Formats: sequence, structure tokens, C-alpha cells
Amino acid sequence: MTRKKGAGPFPPLPPFARNLLRVVFTLALTFLGLMAVTFFIGRVLPTDPAMAAVGNRASEAVYQAKRLELGLDRPILIQFWLFLTSALQGDFGKSIMTSKPVIDDLKRFFPATLELATVATLFGVLFGVPMGVIAAVRQSKLTDHIVRVLGLIGYSVPIFWLGMVSLVVFYAKLDWLPGTGRLDIYYDGIVDHVTGVILIDSALAGEWEVFNNALGHIILPAAMLALYSLAYIARMTRSFMLDQLSQEYVLTARVKGLPERTVIWRHAFKNMLVQLITVIALSYVNLLEGSVLTETVFAWPGIGLYITNSLFNADMNAVIGGTIVIGACFIGINMLSDVLYRLVDPRAR
Amino acid sequence: MMAFSAAPVAQAGTPKDTFVIARNIADIINLDPAEVFEFSGAEVITNMYDRVMTFEPDNLTKLVGGTTESYSFSEDGKTITLKMRKGIVFHSGNPMTAEDVAFSLQRVVKLKKTPSFIFTQFGWDKDNVDGLVTAPDADTVVLKITADLSPGLVLNALSAGVGSVVDKKLVLSHEKDGDLGYEWLKTNDAGSGPYMLKTWKASELVVLERHDKDRHGVAAMKRVIIRHVAEASAQRLLLEKGDVDASEDLTADQLKGLEGKEGVEIDTFPQSNLMYLAMNQDVKVLTDPKVQDALRYAIDYSGLSESVLQGSYKIHQAFWPSGMWASYDENPYSMNMDKAKALLAEAGYKDGGGLKLTIDTLNKSPFKEVAQSVQSSLKQLGIDAEIILSDGATLWPKYRARKHQLIIARWGPDYSDPHSNADAFAHNPDNRMEAKLTGKLSWRNAWAKDWATKEAEAAAKETDLVKREAMYKELQKKMQSDSCYAIMFQLVGKIGRRANVKNYVRGVTFDQVYFRTVTK
Repeated sequence: MTRKKGAGPFPPLPPFARNLLRVVFTLALTFLGLMAVTFFIGRVLPTDPAMAAVGNRASEAVYQAKRLELGLDRPILIQFWLFLTSALQGDFGKSIMTSKPVIDDLKRFFPATLELATVATLFGVLFGVPMGVIAAVRQSKLTDHIVRVLGLIGYSVPIFWLGMVSLVVFYAKLDWLPGTGRLDIYYDGIVDHVTGVILIDSALAGEWEVFNNALGHIILPAAMLALYSLAYIARMTRSFMLDQLSQEYVLTARVKGLPERTVIWRHAFKNMLVQLITVIALSYVNLLEGSVLTETVFAWPGIGLYITNSLFNADMNAVIGGTIVIGACFIGINMLSDVLYRLVDPRAR
Repeated sequence: MMAFSAAPVAQAGTPKDTFVIARNIADIINLDPAEVFEFSGAEVITNMYDRVMTFEPDNLTKLVGGTTESYSFSEDGKTITLKMRKGIVFHSGNPMTAEDVAFSLQRVVKLKKTPSFIFTQFGWDKDNVDGLVTAPDADTVVLKITADLSPGLVLNALSAGVGSVVDKKLVLSHEKDGDLGYEWLKTNDAGSGPYMLKTWKASELVVLERHDKDRHGVAAMKRVIIRHVAEASAQRLLLEKGDVDASEDLTADQLKGLEGKEGVEIDTFPQSNLMYLAMNQDVKVLTDPKVQDALRYAIDYSGLSESVLQGSYKIHQAFWPSGMWASYDENPYSMNMDKAKALLAEAGYKDGGGLKLTIDTLNKSPFKEVAQSVQSSLKQLGIDAEIILSDGATLWPKYRARKHQLIIARWGPDYSDPHSNADAFAHNPDNRMEAKLTGKLSWRNAWAKDWATKEAEAAAKETDLVKREAMYKELQKKMQSDSCYAIMFQLVGKIGRRANVKNYVRGVTFDQVYFRTVTK
């Protein structure tokens, strides 16, 4: 049997395997790039991980010993190679700031942010999508203006300030909600760490009092984050919906006498879902990595705060570990969006 | 457990047997007493470990035995014999013996972490420490000092965090690759102090539980919880609501707002941190004594203390803090721009003479505000000063590499003996760049004066306490007008506390914080 000209030594792969290989290759390349960029940026910053570890008062001998221990005396490419080979085995090293393996820190800090960002995104979608649709349908009317002002507030009011004001009003003055942190001290340590998401862990354990307390604690910080998310989602939904409402098929549906609710929600809304999924996914990822200020105000031990504190203290193992987790979320959520596109839009299959 | 209800309920107040503190504990990076050197971490280990020598809350200026019942010196002052206090029990249940004390001190030297210099200055190193720190029997520890130091200084140094006694048996059971249990002890407890570590979640909380066999008796508070609350405004709200018993990082504004609030009281206590301006002697213009004095006269000490610092710092111009033995409390400098201008002119820089300088400082309050005030004063003298704000991770390497011109920074003693600061501010036996005496502020500022080095060494050796005190006071007085420093302020600690919380004792040094006396 003769081979075709130009064919390799192996038979051609089926399309599914080719796609899978392409995805794996892209993922590997993305993570490698992410690690390399974070690592090298960390090394060119005018901060000194050894100094961060030993402190300002250390003698030169102690400082140099720490440099050796951290491998900072080696050529930077060797440092990267050593880091990379360890990271591929799931070992990001130890954090200077916590004295614990970075992977253990991530298991504690990431679920806290995941919980906060998920609840905030749920708020954002539940309120933002209907608000955007209503604003588009009632374009230039009072409702539209109200949604626009709300959007403006969400975009422009500093979250740090808003967070403090919300604490003063709902915690200190009205006493409706608990203060900072994820739980009151009475409940800390009651529920075992299973997923790290307290709402889930307490529900799994049947500890409803803990669940209740955790729910109370998450409302304010999630609402603050949701305000930004809501503003973005409502604004984009409005824009997508206006675009759909100007299409000829909408006119046709209306001429055919279909009820307005059916025209909007079964036709126009369905057609803008792909774009909306992208917007929601982006908003969710932004909340995962961009909630530092909210985490600071509400003493929420999340990954944004972890990465930021680590960056200020030149704790590069922690920074890179955190960045990879956020990068993985970004990629994962994008892939999930792709799957959802195919579900909601047959043309994408 | 209560069934789930739709409206979450906020539970206010703290339990009667629990002391809850709100503070920023992001600086706790390790709980091994051989390495802890950060404020929050030091507070925690003070309450977890007994030290060889200590200061008790009923008299914070009197050095007394911790694990030591009594001590004696050899005639030449080079050998110190410590007799163990009986009946001390570790949290593990192991009884404490002289073996534990000797091991703990040897371990600090062998691990060579940042605070190990407190012991290596005695002439101890990893090769000789086993022979110089011994436990001839279960009740006796013998320390041999090879350096020329006053035995009083040695005892004072044994009251530092590195003088904490760890449970040898427990620590060695966790040893890996000859690390003397270091990796394990960073996040665990091997102490005998009034509180045991239950939980430490970095940047989240520390939970301590009462040690019922503490040598002082049983503490009133069963648990102490330190909650990480980075934002000072949130700390204030939690305190006002009674969800914490004390808030420790309140700003001057918030403290003012709390004045007169029902159920809240404010505690004020002097602290040992000093804020200073230093002039790098590698910059030629800053070596001129007239320029140095001009800068000292250009600082608005009282204006800053009253306005920007709002009572959170008081004026103090000597290198050893007020309230501690051998402090020198005279403050000869006050702002006098005419005098400053005249001094500059005498030095050949009339109307600033086109001088341009940089002021490095930390990018946080109150350092940047103080730097702005100094910048404004220098402008009036005709000196164009640029402020460079950095985080510690950037500023300290620069300072240690002598790459600054002027710097505004803070310094606190490492242990309760004036030698701690004399060594930092005055002592510089080798000013060469390659000597890299980076732990000393004098070296960092390239300030090396034989007289200052010799006087610091002589005071460190002096065995007569009265003479020693006089020597330190004299050195401080001289350095106020003849050095590269303008020491400006001493920190005044202020915390907010619920009125029902009593006997929360805090001392001058950063680790004199006692939870075992607290009652509610």
C-alpha cells in the first residue's frame, strides 16, 4: 500500500481527536505564557523576595542565606525552569506571607472569592438582565433613565466608599445584617472545610444556623460587587436588545400579531443570548480577580486580597499561584461559554 | 441547631469568656519564636511562650525571671548561671527542664534567622553554642559569654522573643532534615505560656485557648480571638457595635470620633517606635554639620505632632525611647527657619544654593504627610526636595544599599536594653561598602564616627548600672546635635476598648501585650 504524498507516518486523526489536541495544546501554551509573564514581571519589579522574607533588620548573612534558599542567586532562566517543573507537579512552593504551601493557601482563599463572586453574579444577572430588557423596550422613557442612572452609579461610585457606607447603614445603624468577615465568631470552626464555600459546606453538614449566618455575612459584600456587575450587564443587555428590536424579524413578528411579551422574550431575547453569555462570563471573571477593595472593606479572605498582599511583599510564589488559578478560571469560563453558545444557538454547533 | 430562616440574623456581642480583638494581622507570617520579628506575631508568641527573662504586667519596667527562678554571675561576669523555676508545664503536658531552655537558645543561634543577632552578639555561633549554653542538670542552665558585654545587657536580651522556651521533645518529634522542627513550628505551638494556639489562618484570624496549667494561674478569658480587619473604619464599627472587645489600628480621626461614645474607652500608652529623618553621608552636602543642623531646625515638630499626627506621636529627639531605662528626654530642637537659613548660608548654601535632594519614605500615613511637611520646609530654605514613596519591599533594599539621600523611617528596639538602639544608631565599626553591616542604621547612612562607636561599645560593657545609664544618656545627648539623624517623634499607642473589658495591659515595647490579665 502506498502512502499519499505529504502524509506523515501516522494515519490522520479523526476530527474529534484533532480538536481535543488543539484545545490541549492551546491550554498548555496559555498557561506556560501566563506563568512566564507573571514570573518574569515578578523578577524585574524593584522588590526583593529575600528581603520580604527576612525583614528590614536582617543581617547581611541572614539575607544572603535566604537568597540562596530561594534560589535567587541562580540565572533567571534556571529559576524559571525550576519553578516550572515544580509547578507542573502541583507544587507552587511556599508562601512567604503565610509560611504554608501556596496550594494550601489557594484552597482557602479561592473558595471565599468564588462564593462571593458567584453570589454577586447571581444578583447581577437576576436584576441586570430584566433591567436591561425593560430599559430597551421603554427606550428614552423614565424606566430607561432610571436604569441608566443606576448603571452610572455602579460604574462610578468608588466601591471602597460604598462598602463603608453600606456597613454603616445596614450593620451599624439599622442592625439588619452582620458586620465584616465570613462568619460571626460564634460559628467559626463548626463546619468542616469540604469545598471551602461556607454556604455549601454548612448546607452539606445540615448546619442551618451557620448557613444563615454565612448568608447574612455575604449579602453586603456581594451586593457591592453586584452593583458593578449589574450596571455592566444591564447596559449591555439594553444595547443587545435594542439591536435585536431593530431587526426585520421583530417587525415581522409584530405584524403577525404575536404578543409583545413573546416577541421580546421568545424571539429577540433568544437571539441575543450568545452575546449575553459572553458578557456575563466576562463579568464573572472580573469579579473573581477584581474584588480586592470589597475584600479589604469586608475583611473577606479572598484571592484578590491574597494576590495583592503577596505582590506588595514580593511573595512571588503566591502571586504566580494565584494568577494561575485566575487564569484557569478565565479559560474554564470561556470554555463553558463556548458550550453554552452551542446549546442556545444551533448555528454554533 | 436553629432551623433555617429566610432573614439572616446578626448576632451582636462577644462571649463573656472570650476576648475578641480586631486588628490588621497581615504581618503575621510565622509563629516560630526563633524567627518572629513582626508586631502582630510578637504579640501572639508573647502569650504562647514563657521567656527566660521577662517583664510582668504589674511592673513593665522591672526585669524579672520568666522560666528562671534566680540567676548569678561569675566574678568576671562572663558566666551566668540560671536556676529553673519549678513546675512549668508545656501545652503538650511535658514538664519544662533546663534541657528545654538550653535547646531553645541553641536553636535560635543554629537556625540563624533574622533575630538571631540578639544572641550571636554574645559571641555564640552555630559551632560553639552547644559548649557555651549548657544544662548541667535538670534545674540549671549555664550561659558563657565570650563577647565583652555587660551581664545586665545579656539578661535584658534574654527577655526578647528569641528568649522564648520551646518544648524540645515536641519540636524534635517534628524535625525534618535536621531543621530543628523549624518548618513545623512556623505554624504550630510548642509553648508553656498562658495561651495555646488553636488556629492561625493567615490574614483571617488567630484563635488562642487558655492553658489551664500556666504558671501564673488560670487566666479569666478562656479564648482570645484576633480577627483580621484591615480597614480601620470597619474596626471602629465593630467596636461600637460590641462585636469586638478591642480595636487596635484605629486612626486619629476614628479615635476622636469614639471619644465620649457610650460603652467605649480609649487606652493611651507610650510605645518604643521612633520616627526619624536620616541623611546619607555618601551625599557630600549632607556631611556638613551646619547643613545637618539646618535640617533639624527646619522640621515643624510641634505642628506635625498636633495636626498631622494628632497625638499619635509625641516629640522625642533621642535614640532611646522615653519611658524606658536610660532614656534621655530633652528635646532641644524646635522649628526655627531663620536659624536654619543662617546655618545653610554659613555652610555656603545661601537661599538653598540650588540644592536638590530626594526624600524616600513609606507610601503610607503618616510617613508621606511628614515627608510633605519636610519638603515644604526645605522649599522655604530654597532646597528643592523630591519625595519618593515606596512600599517596604522596595524601600528597604534601597536603604540597605545606601541609595537614598534623605529618608524618613521608623525604628523600634529589638529588646529592652539601650544597646539595642545604640548599636543601630551609633555603632559602625566598619563603614566600607563591602562590610555590609546592613542591620545598623549608622552603616546604612554611611555615618561612622569613632567616638560614637567607642562610646556605644563602652556602655555595652559597663557593669555598673548607674554609670551605664549615664553613658547612654550622654551618648544620646551628643548625637542629638552631632549625627546624621534628626530623631523626631515617639509613637503613642492608642486602642479602642469596650468599657466592660478591664486590665488589658500593654507596655512600651511592641511585644509587651498581655491577654492573661484581661477580665470582662
